Amino acid sequence: MTNHIVPVKTYLRVFAALMVLLAATIICAKLQFGVHGFAIGTTLAFAIAFIKAVLIVLYFMHVRYSPRIVWIVALAGFFWLGILFALTLCDYLSRSRFEGAFGY
Amino acid sequence: MSHGNSPERLAKDDGGHAHQFDDASQQRNAAILGMWTFLCTEVLFFGAVFVAYTVYRYRYPHAFYLGATRLKFWYGAVNTAVLLCSSLTMALAVHAAAAGRRRSTVRFLIFTMILGVTFLCIKALEYHAEWEDGLVPHYHFNAAQFTAPPGPSQIVPAPDYAANVELFFCFYFIMTGLHALHMVVGIGIMAILVAMALRGRFSARYYTPVEVSGLYWHFVDIVWVFLFPLLYLLIQFD
Repeated sequence: MTNHIVPVKTYLRVFAALMVLLAATIICAKLQFGVHGFAIGTTLAFAIAFIKAVLIVLYFMHVRYSPRIVWIVALAGFFWLGILFALTLCDYLSRSRFEGAFGY
Repeated sequence: MSHGNSPERLAKDDGGHAHQFDDASQQRNAAILGMWTFLCTEVLFFGAVFVAYTVYRYRYPHAFYLGATRLKFWYGAVNTAVLLCSSLTMALAVHAAAAGRRRSTVRFLIFTMILGVTFLCIKALEYHAEWEDGLVPHYHFNAAQFTAPPGPSQIVPAPDYAANVELFFCFYFIMTGLHALHMVVGIGIMAILVAMALRGRFSARYYTPVEVSGLYWHFVDIVWVFLFPLLYLLIQFD
């Protein structure tokens, strides 16, 4: 694999995008979303965080310029995290909530 | 590792590589893969705490929301910006190392360290403020400030409500504490890299330690990028 040197401009552009996304995160925190505020706000905040993480992984961590094996290992880590979240929440979210409705 | 003017060394003028690898490129790929494998274990390490937090946030949404209101939002926001800057300087340090520019490498590594220390200082100020406010679970937690939430029905008695807020702060201190510990280790690694760079250990042909440490640093940044919305963002609840 050749040592692909990422140009500095790319780093600066990614950094600018990350700062814009940080501003978006902060605005998202201060906005009111209405009736389904919790669901919309949480989804939006995590979508923004996810995009930031993807940018950092692809460009700062060079995965975009790396061989497929690195892609596979990087994706595998987050896939396994996905399994952890999905199966754990499957359990807890399907439990009975009779003893105090939503709880405080 | 083949040294000197041995035939093997001269045949592949790639800066040398250990004998078990075909060439320096494979050695570098192996190192990167090794670090990524470690980062996968770290993803699950932090992930486990994130999942636990998510479960309890779902279980006690009001208490966790109230706990989040007591966090210093702007400290967290500034810290996020500081870490994103440090990721940039780290990427630039790797870039300088790949180009064989020793002084630039050292300079950017030191900037990264300074930004890392800045993050830890802001975190320390935050922890101090939380101690002052009586928000540290078990050691200095002022439960009296958390009466049951106003509402038509008080489903959970007040003492349990305060306990749930205390649980939020347990998660807060453990998650940010683990992250801060990783930052300290990262700064230590940067210091070692600076020492190695000053001794001329890196060149355009061999800068793998810098690259691999960069992966670690960016990962610690990613963890914070997820921690910040998870803990600090007060998503308007009902």
